[in-house]
Amino acid sequence: MELWFSEYHSKGAKMSILIDKQLYSGQSDFQRIDVFESPEFGRFLTLDGLMMLTEKDEFMYHEMITHVPMASNPAIKRVLVIGAGDGGTVRELTRYETVEHIDMVEIDEEVVDVCRKYLPQTACKLDDPRVHLYFEDGLRYVRTKENEYDLIIVDSTDPFGPGEGLFTSEFYGNCYNALTENGILVNQHESPYYEEDAKAMQRAHKRIREFFPVCGVYQAHIPTYPSGHWLFGFASKSIDPLSFDADRWNSLGIKTRYYNTDLHKGCFSIPNYVKELLEDACSN
Amino acid sequence: MGVFSLDQNRAPIYEALNRYNEARVVPFDVPGHKHGKGNPLLTDFLGQTCMNVDVNSMKPLDNLCHPVSVIRDAERLAAEAFGAGLCFFMVNGTTSSVQSMVLSVCKEGDKIIIPRNVHRSAINAMIISGVKPVYVNPGVNHRLGIPLGMSVKDVEKAILDNPDAKAVFVNNPTYYGICSDLSKIVRLAHSHGMKVLVDEAHGTHLYFGENMPVSAMAAGADMAAVSMHKTGGSLTQSSFLLVGKNADLTEGHVRAIINLTQTTSGSYLLLSSLDIARKYYATKGKELCAQIIKSAEYARDEINKIGGYYAYSDELVNGDDIFAFDKTKLSVYTRDIGLAGIEVYDRLRDSYDIQMELGDIGNVLAIISPGDRWKDIERLVSALSEIKRRFGKDSAGRIDHEYINPQIVLSPKEAFYGDQEVLPIMESAGRISCEFVMCYPPGIPIIAPGELLTPEILENIDYSKKRGCFMTGTEDMNIEKIRVIRE
Repeated sequence: MELWFSEYHSKGAKMSILIDKQLYSGQSDFQRIDVFESPEFGRFLTLDGLMMLTEKDEFMYHEMITHVPMASNPAIKRVLVIGAGDGGTVRELTRYETVEHIDMVEIDEEVVDVCRKYLPQTACKLDDPRVHLYFEDGLRYVRTKENEYDLIIVDSTDPFGPGEGLFTSEFYGNCYNALTENGILVNQHESPYYEEDAKAMQRAHKRIREFFPVCGVYQAHIPTYPSGHWLFGFASKSIDPLSFDADRWNSLGIKTRYYNTDLHKGCFSIPNYVKELLEDACSN
Repeated sequence: MGVFSLDQNRAPIYEALNRYNEARVVPFDVPGHKHGKGNPLLTDFLGQTCMNVDVNSMKPLDNLCHPVSVIRDAERLAAEAFGAGLCFFMVNGTTSSVQSMVLSVCKEGDKIIIPRNVHRSAINAMIISGVKPVYVNPGVNHRLGIPLGMSVKDVEKAILDNPDAKAVFVNNPTYYGICSDLSKIVRLAHSHGMKVLVDEAHGTHLYFGENMPVSAMAAGADMAAVSMHKTGGSLTQSSFLLVGKNADLTEGHVRAIINLTQTTSGSYLLLSSLDIARKYYATKGKELCAQIIKSAEYARDEINKIGGYYAYSDELVNGDDIFAFDKTKLSVYTRDIGLAGIEVYDRLRDSYDIQMELGDIGNVLAIISPGDRWKDIERLVSALSEIKRRFGKDSAGRIDHEYINPQIVLSPKEAFYGDQEVLPIMESAGRISCEFVMCYPPGIPIIAPGELLTPEILENIDYSKKRGCFMTGTEDMNIEKIRVIRE
């Protein structure tokens, strides 16, 4: 018997992963949640049939969404994480003793419950005393916040689904308002390769630029995401991610498997076709 | 004609179309696209299902002009669902329902008592028919700048002053959700031998929700025009014309009036959408309406928490010209954040990809329906909060001339067909207008044919134009010239 999980990456391309067994399947108020066990990627979580993370390659995503902003501003104390129900982003953040307070806002409590049970690798730090969980709509949560966070990480699903509101002008404007004067906004920024993802990426970039004077994009290689080439948005009110203190971050002794300070400098260098997409997004 | 049992789970037109499709009938009749095969571009765009049911009247599908089978059954089901004696399926908009009401009860030269803040379709009915309006000026909320309902006292005065009037016309509710005391107006009119016609373009849900303002049929009105497509879920342009159980009007007479202007090729897309929407609301309406109110109440609370905006509700009720408030409406007064409603309306669309129903000088209005998702409501609230933060100014001050009671000189028909000349609008003060000028939406005329162009009216037109309202009504597409009665 062969059981395969397949996900369309575009209308004409799909990726399949051989399944050993299905560990969980459920329908929450917001989405369908599944956890599978696979020989190639270990356990993995899908929402509405879309790959969220695998045990094997999640470190690439979670390290890059967290350590790039954290290294860019060592003074970050208060962090808001939106989405991220699997806990991977929070796990990376708790490795910094300088972080005093982490609010995590996830719309779907069932995702967190499922991850605690089946994916302890990522959910292991959700009980850290600095972590405060809120189960509500991220857009609603951030609406009333002003000058409260040094860093906001938007670790959301795609812009078609429960995460839709997290790709809008109103959300980015609310985030700007919720950030302190050196505040940084980092978001999962979709892929530049397949057309539909690329359009979402362009829209997000265009909207973020309307609010933030510093607005860049960096990349990572994530094997189980469409095209394997994934982008993150880095926006801030003042901090330039490239004028960071590499020695200072290295002195923290945080052991990582993907991120390092050389990669930090390199990951903002993006291919020409992606540069063009970003330029087109802003000129339209 | 067999006996058809009234089961609201049935949808006779929909069922007949399914039977028609299953029979794989070869079409040698119109429409010429022949189930879409003759127009692949259109079929690709609208979908095969849509093209399959875009068909012509035929024996198994009945005929809208003279319904004897499935359309008749569907109309009977709809009449029962709405508590009406008769229901007519309309495919030329609620405009045609409103006009059919006026033409069914009034003849040339007859008078009708009518609030001035009616939709242009009602005044157009008077141009067509030569029926003369006796206007009752609606109350005005000066803070919000919106016209209200009619006070019973004013209706009574109009009835006593015009005992020969044939009917009283009532909006239930207005665009903004305001209801007059319909039950009392019905009793008053009937006791003077007048009929009551109700424009329920924005009132479909009144028939299905709990704790709603009273519907026209429940209040005993004689006729009502119900825009099923506005909040009832049918396709744009489809509508119901209802006749009350005790109304002294025959089916044949009303049908003859409708057939004066209605198409003889009634669209089965529209007819089936009315049939299916009726079934949906008749079987699920209570929950659907509860959901709409919950969404609207949540949005109101959140918007009022932002500060500066005023999302109003039934606290406005005063027992008179705001006898009841329809809580499914989400109207927001914006001038205290320093922006006109139309400016917020434009910002929402241009900067936030959110399309509102209308923006006027003081308010924006959102239509809330079972089709709204929670995250969409969150987006609207957040966008309003952002607009205030980014673009808000000091309060824009009150407007006391949003709604101006007009001075009537001629009947709409006399002015429309009178001897005319064209003037620049801003130089037309003191003249009698032969045309409408209105913001659309809401489509309530600032000036209508037969009314005096006063400096105050001209100032309102100028202000609305400058604020970016979408103006319409005159032959001149730029709304710079207007036809007036030649002196």
